[in-house]
Amino acid sequence: MTRKISGVILHAYLALVLLFLFAPIGASLVFSFNSDRFPTLPLGSFTLDWYAAVFSDERVLEALVNTLIVSTASATLATALGFGAAYTDYRYQFSGKRLYLALGLLPPTVPAIILGLAMLAYLSRLGLSGSRLSIVIAHTVICTPFAMALVRLRLSQIDASLEQAAWNLGASQWAALRYVILPFTASTLCGAWLLTMAVSFDEFAIAWFVGGLSETLPVRVLGFLQGQVSPRINAIGTLVFGVTTALVVVAQLILTRRLSLRRAEERSTNLNTPFSS
Amino acid sequence: MHHLSSAAPTPLTEVSTSFELKAIAPQSSGRAGFALTHALPPLAWQLAFFVGPLLFLLVLTFWSVHNFRLEPAFEMGNWKRMLTQQHVWDTYLRTVMGAAVSTVLATVLAFPAAFAIAFRLSENARRACLFLLVVPFFTSYLVRVYSWQVFLSDEGLINSLLTMTGFETRRLLNTDLATQIGYLTLSLPLVVLIQAMSLLLIDSKLIEAARNLGCGPMRVVFAVIVPAARVGITVAALFCFIFSFGDFVSPLYLGGGSSPTLSILIVDTTKAGQQWPRAAVLALLMISTLMAVAWVMTAFAYRKKT
Repeated sequence: MTRKISGVILHAYLALVLLFLFAPIGASLVFSFNSDRFPTLPLGSFTLDWYAAVFSDERVLEALVNTLIVSTASATLATALGFGAAYTDYRYQFSGKRLYLALGLLPPTVPAIILGLAMLAYLSRLGLSGSRLSIVIAHTVICTPFAMALVRLRLSQIDASLEQAAWNLGASQWAALRYVILPFTASTLCGAWLLTMAVSFDEFAIAWFVGGLSETLPVRVLGFLQGQVSPRINAIGTLVFGVTTALVVVAQLILTRRLSLRRAEERSTNLNTPFSS
Repeated sequence: MHHLSSAAPTPLTEVSTSFELKAIAPQSSGRAGFALTHALPPLAWQLAFFVGPLLFLLVLTFWSVHNFRLEPAFEMGNWKRMLTQQHVWDTYLRTVMGAAVSTVLATVLAFPAAFAIAFRLSENARRACLFLLVVPFFTSYLVRVYSWQVFLSDEGLINSLLTMTGFETRRLLNTDLATQIGYLTLSLPLVVLIQAMSLLLIDSKLIEAARNLGCGPMRVVFAVIVPAARVGITVAALFCFIFSFGDFVSPLYLGGGSSPTLSILIVDTTKAGQQWPRAAVLALLMISTLMAVAWVMTAFAYRKKT
């Protein structure tokens, strides 16, 4: 009985926590279609004005283009580098490996504001600051750990003898990598690419510091925040929410598809060979 | 992160002994070259663009600024200037306290939710819930902070609800409470996720045994479950501290910025003052604080039972 009551309370509490987390997301969605400039209750009428304002704003469109270029480039670089680091960790033992892994995984634990300042100073010394390239460089640093962790997780599921069998059958290391490891990790690489893209798509502090006049979309939103109240933030937020959620959902689907496929296969082989066990 | 070290790769030399027929290992001549092609690029990138900037930050603290131009030097002036000002230390204390409060809040508020996810939900509901917790992590933090402004402002949603139900309005925006709400928005999903994961890893036999030996439900939670999940709970708390300590958006746009934190100070010093070396001193102060906190907390998490 007490367990039942505590269960109800716990469920209600969990719902409350989720409400707290999704209230701002939901409100931004609702108010992006609301006519009032100052969002209050009761709601005004339905409007698409804020979206129209967003799409006719040159700086927003420019920022959107920057964001798309930056996130695509840094996700690609980060996934490639993350794969390299994860495969290195999977295959080799060497002294200093812990340091190697720490270097690969540490960047997200350093506050963005500090990385932003450090990279601004460093890149401007190299003459690389204030452009899309500088944001790509910085975002690759913070995205690589995510790709590395995901690929490493996938590689820990592989049967190590598969690659060895390929070598025994005469495959070169490159061929084994190409025909054994890459197909095995392909779906994870897609997932990692989408997830790192989402990470870059959302990052504002470092991009703001190193980007100079090249603004990404979140940096533009930061600009709006510094200015006066404008429901355009809601419209941008809802659009960005749509895009990143789509990216995360697709990534999750790709990452979990293999699992469910394998389960389905197991099920079907069990059905097809009723006498085997 | 234990999965990173779990599967020990088989060295090439062992391959040949593990098969009855003599295995044909790939040509050894290209082996080193092959390894370097994927081991080196990530290392080079992180050294050049992660370690490099952080080391340069240290060098930068000794440089000077003349006429808005950076000049290489070896002066202690920036350190002296920043570390002898009372308002810097006030800000430091405020930032540490704010982050500490948010860490305690997030840990305490997240635990019942993580508990419910781990022990009271069906398999499907749990998976849905974990997925829901990932979603905020990938939505724009800035937009969510703006939304909280809409909720908390004087004519905002919460106050208009209060008016409609006949209560007095309250000042909510530009308060410490608002800053904490922002911090929680940032870190609560991750804290619940990590806590739930570590609760799921607890051996259920442990809990069964405690119950069979007559432990009450509360005692099971605090004497068995919490100690067993200590590492996860501490790691989650550490992440929360790092997030809140470094965040400049919530204290600025929800807290009002009238009582700045270190990160706001860094933004101001860098953007408005063009005093990068002084901002670098503050950044190093933050890094050393974070390293100390991380060291203490991991020591606590992995401490041997006494």
